[in-house]
Amino acid sequence: MDPFIFFALLQDGITTGAIYLLLAIGLLIVFSATRVIFVPQGDLLAFGALTAAGLQSGHVPATLWLLDGLSAAALLASLTGGVRAAGRALLVWGVYPAVVSLASVWLARREIPAVSILLALAIVTPMGPLIWRFAYRPMADASVLALLILSMALHFVLIGLGLVFFGPEEASVPALSTANFTIGALDISGQSLCVLGAAVALVVGLGWFFGATVQGKALRAAASDPLGARLVGIDAGATGSLAFGLAAFIAALAGVLIGALTPLSYDAGFEIGLKGFVAAIMGGLVSYPMAAAGALLVGVLESLGSFWASAYREVIVFTLLIPVLLWLSLRRGSDEDRA
Amino acid sequence: MKPWLAVAATVAALGIVPALLPAFYVTLFGYVGLASLVALGLVLLTGISGQTSFGQASFVGLAAYATTLLTKFAGAPPIAGLVVGLAVTGSVAWLLGLITARLSGHFLALVSVAWGISFFSLFGTIPLLRGFNGIGGIPPLTLGALSAANPRVNLAVIWAVVAAIMLLSANLLDSRIGRAIRTLNGARLMGESVGIDTARLSRAVFVIAALYAGLAGFLFAHFQRFISPTPFSLGASIDYLFMVIIGGAAFLWGAPVGAILVVVLRDQFNDWIPRLTGQPGDYEALVFSLVVILLLQRAPGGLMPLLLRLRPRKRPDVAAETASDATPALSIAPTGAPTGAPTGAPTAAAGAPGPELLAVESVTRHFGGLAANQDVSFAVRAGEIVALIGPNGAGKTTLFNVISGVLPPSAGRVRLFGTAGGHLAPRRIAALGLARTFQHVKLLGGRSVLENVALGAHASGRAGVLRCMLRLDRKEERRILADARAQATLVGLGDVLDRPAGDLPLGQQRVVEIARALCLRPRLLLLDEPAAGLRLQEKQRLALLLGQLRAEGMGVLLVEHDMDFVMQLADRVVVMDFGQKISEGLPAQVQADPLVREAYLGSVA
Repeated sequence: MDPFIFFALLQDGITTGAIYLLLAIGLLIVFSATRVIFVPQGDLLAFGALTAAGLQSGHVPATLWLLDGLSAAALLASLTGGVRAAGRALLVWGVYPAVVSLASVWLARREIPAVSILLALAIVTPMGPLIWRFAYRPMADASVLALLILSMALHFVLIGLGLVFFGPEEASVPALSTANFTIGALDISGQSLCVLGAAVALVVGLGWFFGATVQGKALRAAASDPLGARLVGIDAGATGSLAFGLAAFIAALAGVLIGALTPLSYDAGFEIGLKGFVAAIMGGLVSYPMAAAGALLVGVLESLGSFWASAYREVIVFTLLIPVLLWLSLRRGSDEDRA
Repeated sequence: MKPWLAVAATVAALGIVPALLPAFYVTLFGYVGLASLVALGLVLLTGISGQTSFGQASFVGLAAYATTLLTKFAGAPPIAGLVVGLAVTGSVAWLLGLITARLSGHFLALVSVAWGISFFSLFGTIPLLRGFNGIGGIPPLTLGALSAANPRVNLAVIWAVVAAIMLLSANLLDSRIGRAIRTLNGARLMGESVGIDTARLSRAVFVIAALYAGLAGFLFAHFQRFISPTPFSLGASIDYLFMVIIGGAAFLWGAPVGAILVVVLRDQFNDWIPRLTGQPGDYEALVFSLVVILLLQRAPGGLMPLLLRLRPRKRPDVAAETASDATPALSIAPTGAPTGAPTGAPTAAAGAPGPELLAVESVTRHFGGLAANQDVSFAVRAGEIVALIGPNGAGKTTLFNVISGVLPPSAGRVRLFGTAGGHLAPRRIAALGLARTFQHVKLLGGRSVLENVALGAHASGRAGVLRCMLRLDRKEERRILADARAQATLVGLGDVLDRPAGDLPLGQQRVVEIARALCLRPRLLLLDEPAAGLRLQEKQRLALLLGQLRAEGMGVLLVEHDMDFVMQLADRVVVMDFGQKISEGLPAQVQADPLVREAYLGSVA
């Protein structure tokens, strides 16, 4: 193979690998804190990309009305929880969506790329906690499998909404950088560097969050021992909310990043999310470094695969799971008997 | 027989009545039947055994393409297509099951998403399969000179197959294998302790579910006589799962109920929604998914439990049940007492102890830096009762788990019945003649006491999946149930045989575990706190039973906190504290030991 083509494919692979890495991190955070396998994360990725694209083309995206609707419902539901809870809910589910809505309506016409992207993040991120609140939390004690089936159903709900909101057309997000660097004969795109930079920043930021902040430590505690965490007063609802918020933010971020590299349609998020899963599974759904390595491997393999055997690209990526699972299977004893 | 009648009537209604209607309904109910087949497999897999698959549609596709290639291109008869199609789906399922064998259920589910997408993509890209153009002109099913080219005949064929599969599945669930399958759902440790190879069995269930899907695929190809990748997508797989969730995953009837609702309603939605909204959209998927979410949240059992509630209840014996609540089984009557048992409290060392059954030799077990057991040694011989006592956290239950093979020792060895003492899996140890109960009771709460006890006799049976499905296991099953009834009566559960085990008070649930253990005909019995939760009379009766078992030559090792019970019953007592053995001897010696007194710090009554 031509070394330049190889380098281009490698760059491509590492860039998408970084996106998968972001998603794998989001999945692991949610799974360890709540045992939910968050399939709809991929759909939130599409929401993020298409919301940014919509704002950039001067539309007020329909995801905003979804945010407003769900927030209003959360606000109503919190009225039964006493004055203090209601006050806090008013701030989170009343004031915040109002501000975001006004800003979106006002700023959508100006079509400033950075503003569109920030607003998209602001609109999609709260959907994580809202989805947790209305879909998962009512059955938070159910088995992992039941939660997984719920995730699948939720995926279809979001896909259905996505089609209604955005139509079947593909759309692109404005790139954060259109620069192109040339080192020798090699081209490096600025957007690729942005993706890598965002991935590194997120990893460092999360490292700090989990290591140094009270919320981060609470999340870790809830992940390693849910009952113990509850006994020392860590609110399971709040940790779940936080985990889903982080995952939704990560998904939206991944969406606005990848949406600049390739146009996305409303249903494109699922498969991207699944590849994040492949990476997360490589880490046995527990290890972040293994998941990171897996994400890069998936990205590169997919990129090379698309060159050699593009029709079988998906098959190659998912077949990768087989040796990984065999290895996990042999290494690990049975961990059944979930009550 | 009632289930036969119900199946026959319903299936006749669904297979024959639509045949009298316009062609549209014939096709629709054909699809309902095919979907029911796939859903029946998912009931066994998801509702009964607690696993799940998002890849069933790809099994349908594998068999459909297999029979298409054989019958259309190679000119083989459909029966060859059936055999090869089932062989292919079965083998693929077996391999996939093997890969995820030791991982918890959600890995299998996630991988099923991956292979669902992979197969779908392969169906669409392999040139031989002609991609999304599909393959038409598949020959219809024939039987001699009879051809089922007529859709109405096809409909009858499909529903006859559904009926057969429902009956086979019902037979399977009501058998030795069926009981074992239910342990897969959250009680695998218990299953292993009675000799069930749970990994192999869960793979078997997975293969059965795939074969049902394969059967549907075979019929689909010859019924529709045209196939393309579309009906074998991930979305279709998830649809099947939704049918099961909506119908009721724990019930065989949930499969057809869910299939009818989803197929028919989806068809109606497709008609209605564009009319209402004026534009085509994925609304029907949206609505369905919302319904599934609501069901999962509000009625996780699906519609079947609600339908069953509509049925007139034929249980006039509620009063009798409450009455038996008041008189716990163990205290009921001496009529069920072991014959020839000593009338007073059994005295220690009734007979001379026999050969050594269990030798714990310098066993150490670490959890990270914590030594739960440190260099523990003792022995249990035939015809003696040894009690293992010690304060909470002394490591007694860990030692039980090491002895019964749940945990391998970090150092030292356990020799059972004179074997060399390598680490064996719990079910192998069970086969050697060791039976155990659990500190935290492990029963199938929704199943009857009799069924729970019969689980103990699992290893004494030989009937496999096929024999159970075909009811060729009846002689053996009668023997197993008679055995279970005898053991249950022996421990005093004779009056509650048909009650769900989960409805009994905790003390009695422990007794159910003892009866289950006795069904293994063990040489050595491990009891983890058998007297906890029992009343005085019940304890006396338990002591009587254990004394009788000892007289028959059984060895008993028990962990117990009730000192009166222990001191009265045990021949020897082993005392543990902080993972180490601190004392061993006759009850009186141990009671006098200052080390023991110190360990308990006055907690000994």
